[in-house]
Amino acid sequence: MSTATAAHHDDHHDHHPTGIMRWLTTTNHKDIGTMYLTFALIMFLVGGIMILGVRAELFQPGLQLMRPEFFNQLIGVHALVMIFASLMPAATGFANWLIPLQIGAPDMALPRLNNWSFWLLPPAAILLTLPFTLALFGVGDGALATGWTFYAPLSVQGGIGVDFAIFSVHLLGISSVLGSINIIVTIFNMRAPGMTLFKMPLFVWGWLITAFLLIATIPVLAGGVTMLLTDRHFGTHFFDAAGGGDPILFQHLFWFFGHPEVYILLLPVWGFIPHILSAFSRKPIYGYKAQVYSFWAIGILSVVVWAHHFLTVGLPVPALLYFMYSTMSISLPLAVLFFCWIATMWKGSMSFETPMLFATGWVVLFGIGGLTGLVLADVAADAQYHHSYFVVAHFHYTLFAGGMMGMMAAVYFWLPKITGHMYDDKLGKLHFWLTAIFFNLTFIPQFFLGLAGMPRRIPDYALQFSEFNMISTIGAFGLGLSQLLFVYIIIKCARGGAKAADKPWDGAQGLEWTLPSPPPYHSFTEQPIVK
Amino acid sequence: MAFQFLKKIGLGLMLAVWSLAAHANYAWNFPKPVTPMALDTLHVHNEFMAIIMAIFLIVLGIMIYSIINHRKSKGAQAATFTGPSTKSQVIWTLVPFAILLYIDFILMGIPAYHSVIIMEDTKNGADMVLKVTGMQWRWQYEYMDGDAKGIKFVSNLATPEDQIKNQAVKGEHYLLEVDNEVVLPVNKKVRVLLTSNDVIHTWWVPQFGTARDAIPGFLRETWVKIEEPGIYRGQCKELCGKGHGFMPVVVRAVPEEEYKTWVAAKKTELAAASAGADKEWSKDDLIAHGHEVYEKNCAVCHQANGAGMPPAFPALAGSKVINGPIFDAGGKLIADSHLDRVFNGKNVMPAWKSVLNDVDIAAVVTFERNSFGNTMGDAVQPAQVKALR
Repeated sequence: MSTATAAHHDDHHDHHPTGIMRWLTTTNHKDIGTMYLTFALIMFLVGGIMILGVRAELFQPGLQLMRPEFFNQLIGVHALVMIFASLMPAATGFANWLIPLQIGAPDMALPRLNNWSFWLLPPAAILLTLPFTLALFGVGDGALATGWTFYAPLSVQGGIGVDFAIFSVHLLGISSVLGSINIIVTIFNMRAPGMTLFKMPLFVWGWLITAFLLIATIPVLAGGVTMLLTDRHFGTHFFDAAGGGDPILFQHLFWFFGHPEVYILLLPVWGFIPHILSAFSRKPIYGYKAQVYSFWAIGILSVVVWAHHFLTVGLPVPALLYFMYSTMSISLPLAVLFFCWIATMWKGSMSFETPMLFATGWVVLFGIGGLTGLVLADVAADAQYHHSYFVVAHFHYTLFAGGMMGMMAAVYFWLPKITGHMYDDKLGKLHFWLTAIFFNLTFIPQFFLGLAGMPRRIPDYALQFSEFNMISTIGAFGLGLSQLLFVYIIIKCARGGAKAADKPWDGAQGLEWTLPSPPPYHSFTEQPIVK
Repeated sequence: MAFQFLKKIGLGLMLAVWSLAAHANYAWNFPKPVTPMALDTLHVHNEFMAIIMAIFLIVLGIMIYSIINHRKSKGAQAATFTGPSTKSQVIWTLVPFAILLYIDFILMGIPAYHSVIIMEDTKNGADMVLKVTGMQWRWQYEYMDGDAKGIKFVSNLATPEDQIKNQAVKGEHYLLEVDNEVVLPVNKKVRVLLTSNDVIHTWWVPQFGTARDAIPGFLRETWVKIEEPGIYRGQCKELCGKGHGFMPVVVRAVPEEEYKTWVAAKKTELAAASAGADKEWSKDDLIAHGHEVYEKNCAVCHQANGAGMPPAFPALAGSKVINGPIFDAGGKLIADSHLDRVFNGKNVMPAWKSVLNDVDIAAVVTFERNSFGNTMGDAVQPAQVKALR
């Protein structure tokens, strides 16, 4: 059947509701993907505004804008919003849009579950941020103020903001687990004939491992924060020495989830960056199998290295040595990935449209993040880096450059497919350069602040930290403002622009590029055959 | 047009940043190490940084070469390889991997092992023991053995509030100055025990190269051997609430003779302070002293004007607890009374009995009962507090 007839055939059966009801009740992976991506973009701006408040306070020594209690709320909620309400939904949005298209399936395996997975998110976001508003009316004393890590006993002490954050995390976790189940079932059951596992696009592999990690670790987080809830309100003493408990138990439980979480954030990006590099190098992906095996190796290793996040608590020496060496060993499969990314580019025929600018910049900036992570693994040296701005800089290189800028690369790569229009590539390139320059201006000084001895999570600082803080704040405001350009580009592209071809990027590979841009509401209602 | 404008702004920004750089005092590395651990860490850090910088520049160089030469606009034809095919290709695919293995587990890994063993060897050859107790939001120090045994004091941030509020010029050691410094002898291995009264804190002096968590209900330990006299400043490194940024650590390392002198003087000072517990104090003296104690210890939560920050920190003005009796008819302490609350603590309210001495507690309770609009008119004598212990 020709594509045109197939499209007509699909539209004929398309009786979905319109307006609000369409979005509330949709079970269509494209609609749900769009909702996830839109939600992620909005929350990116919300989390960004919060941290601009923080950076404004840190512009100069002294307390100018806010009390320390409020500062502590902003930093913690910023992190929860960016991680749970922006990066993860963005990755899930792309999973929804792309996995069925890339494996030749008509939709996800569990479409109604898919709808519920998304609609858990807005209530979760409201729960997380509601305490800010309640405090304005004198109810409670604000949102979570313990940092996103909820450490006990500080979190046992905290006000209702902690409870709201715990319930928010429950909802976010359920959403992730349900989404992961959906993704695994879809990948295992709905691949088009001929698409063996080792013919699947790398993005699909990346999400497969991500989904397993989520199912393995979110329950541990849920357990930990629920134990915190019962310590707070129901008389338990899990984290209270006087009752026979141990505050460090919380850290073990949290980071058992927390470390795999960072790979949960990165694996989808590692999955699609090779697609982009390959497309714009006009060259097949290098080392496909090596990359798949590396994903598995990193996924498995990620579950057994958690204590490197709290090396100063007084762990016994064998534990310190084990966690140090196991953490360092993650650099090996990661090095394989870097090798393969660069080898994909090598001897290609490259052009640097916006997606490729982002993907190339991504390799460099994420590389800085990864290399500085290796340094942090050294237990004795970590006494200096731990909870200093060095760590803050490291994880922003991995999570902003690695996570967010990765998502931006994906947006620019697939926006023509999703919307059917080409965006203004000159503006896209400008967005890249502004983001990259201001990002570095914000975070490079923070490495040096950490080395100089500035702890994290403080609203005011000694005078020797002044200059770098000022530069970092200027960078942060530039970075924040530059994202308005991103929003403008997306909205303008969604509303109109030059018509996008089925395959707007001539080097792109994958089943999604065999469909029109935008694809029909129901695509691959007949399975394609993969050779 | 917009692009030209943006270029001008970019240029302006760059000039601003460069001029800041010209006038500023930048630190690009750890501050000067004064203990063996700090020196070891500095060397490890420099070595590691050199290695990762080399890796970064080499890989970046390869990428830049490729970006310049393997371009469609240069007419480059894309290759089609997806893996190594010849033997030499397999070898230089594996060589970077082998190099990284070597760097991780031999070059850095073996020294790292020794550093950990040394860092954790807190007991062998220790000359003295210092106990550090973290609390919201100050450090308490207790000398556990030797000549200094029994010296115990609290170390509060000494930076005046108006500097923090930008109403006065900030002093040189803004936020890194305290009322009572820790004094330690140089060239002696000090075993540092850590614990906390409430939440997790971390005791950190960058120039010592060690940081260790202070965990409530547990004792942790680390060690320092300060090899150069001087004053060393650090901070709490674990988010512990609103005062996290305001609980500095200041250690003064002095030669042996000076240390002995300090020990004697400090013991005299502390004895005089607690001797005050045996004499009868006038109400006015108690209120005056209590005001000082209040400013230093209580105002951070209950505010200088006693308004508090409900619901977390109750108001003292018009408080039912304060405007109530302390001792019953038989002279026994009433449960949950004003003095009980201050002495024994409750929930987030610290148990000041382990932090303040009898005079301070009696004074601050007296002050509170006669301030902020409270007019109880009574006073608590230090001897009454002493009797509770």
